[in-house]
Amino acid sequence: MMISFVLSRLLSTLVVVLGVICMVFLLIHFIPGDPVDMMLGESAQAVDREALREALGLNRPLGAQLWQYIVGLFQGNLGMSLHHRIPVSDLLAERLPATIELAVAGLLVSVLIAFPLGIVAALKKGQAMDKVSMAVSMIGVSIPNFLFGPVLILFFSIWAGWFPVSGRDGWSSLVLPAMTLGTALAAVLSRMIRSTLLDVLQEDYIRTARAKGCSRVQVVLHHALRNAMLPIITLLGLQLGVLLGGAVITETVFSWPGIGKLMIDSINSRDYPVVQACVLLISLSYVFVNMLTDLAYAWLDPRIRLGDRS
Amino acid sequence: MMRRGVSVWLVLLWLLTAVVSQFVMLDITHMDLDKILQGPDINNWFGYDDLGRSVLNRLLDGTWTSCIVAITVISISLVTGTLIGTASAYAGGFIDLVVVRIIDIFLAFPGILLAIALAGIMGAGVENVIIALSIVGWVGFARLARAQTLSVKHREHIVAARSLGTGHLKIIVRHIIPMLTTPLLIEATFGIASVIIAEAGLSFLGLGVQAPDASWGSMIRDGTRYMLVAPHLVLIPGAALMIVILSINLLGDRLRDHLDIRSQLRKQGE
Repeated sequence: MMISFVLSRLLSTLVVVLGVICMVFLLIHFIPGDPVDMMLGESAQAVDREALREALGLNRPLGAQLWQYIVGLFQGNLGMSLHHRIPVSDLLAERLPATIELAVAGLLVSVLIAFPLGIVAALKKGQAMDKVSMAVSMIGVSIPNFLFGPVLILFFSIWAGWFPVSGRDGWSSLVLPAMTLGTALAAVLSRMIRSTLLDVLQEDYIRTARAKGCSRVQVVLHHALRNAMLPIITLLGLQLGVLLGGAVITETVFSWPGIGKLMIDSINSRDYPVVQACVLLISLSYVFVNMLTDLAYAWLDPRIRLGDRS
Repeated sequence: MMRRGVSVWLVLLWLLTAVVSQFVMLDITHMDLDKILQGPDINNWFGYDDLGRSVLNRLLDGTWTSCIVAITVISISLVTGTLIGTASAYAGGFIDLVVVRIIDIFLAFPGILLAIALAGIMGAGVENVIIALSIVGWVGFARLARAQTLSVKHREHIVAARSLGTGHLKIIVRHIIPMLTTPLLIEATFGIASVIIAEAGLSFLGLGVQAPDASWGSMIRDGTRYMLVAPHLVLIPGAALMIVILSINLLGDRLRDHLDIRSQLRKQGE
């Protein structure tokens, strides 16, 4: 049963991956006018234009271009950067550690904020603490990254002088970007933790645990939270996408040298092969993480993987 | 927490401001060179920007930008998404399978990543922002409409209509879509908030509205360069953006509580 579940999940992931590749490939055809003119500018020599057209395969039929693109991808060939004049894959490899570092730190911040906030809100449902923490999370949802980032810079870098304004130089420079990215996620996550915990706390086994004399704290930590973890982990996987998407803006705010900043810089320098590669990398890692979450969920919860039996 | 009634008034104020701003002939490009970066004072509550332009006038013009983009994008996404989702679930079979896969593929691009890439590649400008956000926006409505249609398509009144020989289009438009209005309306309300954030985000990245037109996002971006001397350039458009988004989200919550029969029952049960 588990094997057939894994296979069907892998198959649907494969379809999505191919679809994403096709869409990213088609992006370059959204350029108004001639892509080569856009990339090289009006003053380019005819020889250079033809060379680029040949290199990008734009003189071939669409189907052949797509095939060439997919074959190239499987060989690890993402093309050449027009601006940096090195292979795109080298550029990505150089920038990837910074983005992973930021994403992990952001995730950590969000977990550290969301769990206490969500648990307290669920335990004190309807009381002042609940209202305060849900108001905090509502405000958190409503502040976009590109506003929260500059506000943090204003308070903690410019006025207090605790952290650097931008760049990536040691631990202190990671604090503000991670806070920016993490609080946005924490706002959504704490609401989810609250509602899942409230659902779980209604279950019979919670009442049983209370009846046999477990303390409230014990029940929440040992009985309720463990059972609430499954939906929370799924949401965490889905929200990772928000994290990755938000990273593009957060990295730009803080000049953090990751994939997102590379993407925006490449848009500005019309280095479209790099833009395509960044979009592809971010979305494929999102697809991959979601697949892993689904598989982990099925592995942990037999009701999912055995569900089609009933 | 903001009283929930306030949110309705703030959203109405936002809409009204947007409309009025187009009739009062705002001078968003007039420069007062001796007032460059001047902070708020008693005569001009919002101060002046790095070129000596009135922040208030630009803020009002930005209100129009956010409003027109949000309403256009949500209208386009709502109509196309609902039609695709409903038709797909109604038709079922192979068509539905293909549509579900297409939706999955669109959902594989996290957040506004695809919109950033599209707007970046098509070039800056309000029209391209609207196109990019609509290409991304229909998916949520399609998914919702599809799920809702699946749950109602075997109801008696639809089976009855079909056995009476009613055409498919008429069944979809007259018998199915009216049953989807509540969830779609709630989704659209939250959608407006996320489109406002997305538009401001694209403009922040320099991919949206172009100078001299104003957007809250581009105002924040320009302001970040002068944060040391003139923090009001970031804080004022930021506050406007936050208040509008917060109001719309609260309004959405309120609509959901009001229209969703299940949450009302839950409340009565407590």
